[in-house]
Amino acid sequence: MKGEERYFHSVSLDADKCRGCTNCLKRCPTEAIRIRNNQAVIIPANCIDCGECIRVCPHHAKVATTEPLSIIGAFEYRIALPAPALYTQFPQVHQSEKIIAALYKLGFDEVFEVARAAEVISYAISRTLINEDRPRPVISSACPAVLRLIQQKYPSLLDNVIDIVSPMEAAARIAKEEFARTRGVPVEKIGAFFISPCAAKLSDVRNPLGIGKSAVDGVIAIKDVYTQIQAHVKDGFTPLEIDRASTVGVRWAIPSGEADAVGMRHTLCVDGIENVKRALEQIEDSRFDRLDYVELLACTNGCLGGPLTVENGFVAKSRLNAILRHTPSKMVQRTEIFQDAATRFRTTEPIEPSDAQQLTGTMMERILKAARIDEIEQNLPGLDCGSCGSPTCRALARDIVGGFATEMNCIFKLNERISTLASEMVSLGASTRFAVGANRTVAAPDAENTDPQEE
Amino acid sequence: MTMIKESFQVKQGDMTTAGDASARIKRQCKQLGIPASVVRRVSVGTYEAEINLVIHANGGRIDFAVEPEKITIRVVDDGPGIPDLEKAMTEGWSTASNEVRNLGFGAGMGLPNMKRNADAFDIKSEVGVGTDITMVFNI
Repeated sequence: MKGEERYFHSVSLDADKCRGCTNCLKRCPTEAIRIRNNQAVIIPANCIDCGECIRVCPHHAKVATTEPLSIIGAFEYRIALPAPALYTQFPQVHQSEKIIAALYKLGFDEVFEVARAAEVISYAISRTLINEDRPRPVISSACPAVLRLIQQKYPSLLDNVIDIVSPMEAAARIAKEEFARTRGVPVEKIGAFFISPCAAKLSDVRNPLGIGKSAVDGVIAIKDVYTQIQAHVKDGFTPLEIDRASTVGVRWAIPSGEADAVGMRHTLCVDGIENVKRALEQIEDSRFDRLDYVELLACTNGCLGGPLTVENGFVAKSRLNAILRHTPSKMVQRTEIFQDAATRFRTTEPIEPSDAQQLTGTMMERILKAARIDEIEQNLPGLDCGSCGSPTCRALARDIVGGFATEMNCIFKLNERISTLASEMVSLGASTRFAVGANRTVAAPDAENTDPQEE
Repeated sequence: MTMIKESFQVKQGDMTTAGDASARIKRQCKQLGIPASVVRRVSVGTYEAEINLVIHANGGRIDFAVEPEKITIRVVDDGPGIPDLEKAMTEGWSTASNEVRNLGFGAGMGLPNMKRNADAFDIKSEVGVGTDITMVFNI
């Protein structure tokens, strides 16, 4: 059971639309895709739900599973947790208040801005960095795809990841507690739903890292509620009587927003999965040791570039500046939320390394396999064309050693083989031209013996 | 003895290829499933050694060998050699040019860092002949 749950992925394939081209194959940051029988196959243990394949697929065959708005009906009381990225999605709308008001009309009883929780988390992180000795640079835990990337490809850096939950998780907990207290209803009857720009968040909610169970009850894609919010945004609204997030929290939507909010002196932000991989390589080589805090975001433009958004990430980023001008600059720091934040929002379980990228067997067996992979790779053309269905020649070599492919999957190797066979046949033909008649008379009784009727 | 043996040539002064050898070594260690903490020390030590070859020596060679119980990295160059080994093994001591320092290298942590990260460290150096470093990491 646990095994099945572990492999839940929000990113999946729509087989009818897939043409088996190499676009996703070549761009997957963890080499989690293979093309088999003209169809892309996602290797569950290697997929980190980053959504890169969703972005690059020209046929829209890669999809992210999220939950429909109707899921909120499963709870008596419903809270919307909008990511700050939601505010940037609507042309000419610079007042996030209008968007929040529209969420109430969609059937939510309460709206709790994730940006508010981001303020609390920023505070918890900065407390931890100041008061506790942690290996530098400390790495953000907010991007679920980056966490899974580290787990799989950079496990030595898991100790550097901040052991504080994400703003989404904190938002669900705070919102439910507040709602239960102020309305006097049991927490079990309250559902909290994240309005998400991110493909990895549903996987993160179903199979959380660092905590036992997520307080989030559902993940709804921004693109799935876009038109409905759009329809209500034009309506008038009465001013909201809720605590609003300040610019500090809302800026978490853009790269560096988090690093700035944490407020340490030496920080760095890297966005885009390939850039993040390069940064992690360098952190591993101890080249970023003088930095205090590193914010790593799988999507270009951070959450604004998430695969479940509607607006172009660059446009959204530019629009955010206008939105910030309409956002309170002063933070509402309620004691009951902020006090003990660093302990209250601490993760409770260690994040274990994933062995998905490693060879299996005893050390000796692994060495033998690795040597074989090197040997096979040297014999492959080294074009990394992807025509064999594996992303690189090296990946094909690994697949051959793992028993998932053969050298004949390589079209160049196959071509070579066909040429050799063809020339062998030509010479065979030439040398046996006069013997053919004789062979045929010998072959005839054999053919009778294999007659199916005799069986 | 079954093992993995790879050899990498490192070019002098070429900052575009600097780090390639240590990246390949790191990748192989990770694929082999060597414990993360060991991989980390191998990467740091090898990267330092490679940068030394690029900056201080006239380039050189890195030999990488894996046996079931240990990883051995040997770094050989026929560069200028180190006149005062004791000094060079002191943290903060460096002969790097300003140009190199501006790139973030030459803080004088190279050799001490290699020694600190390896389980066994051996260095031989002769002026005008070259330097020969061996780092062993227990798996």
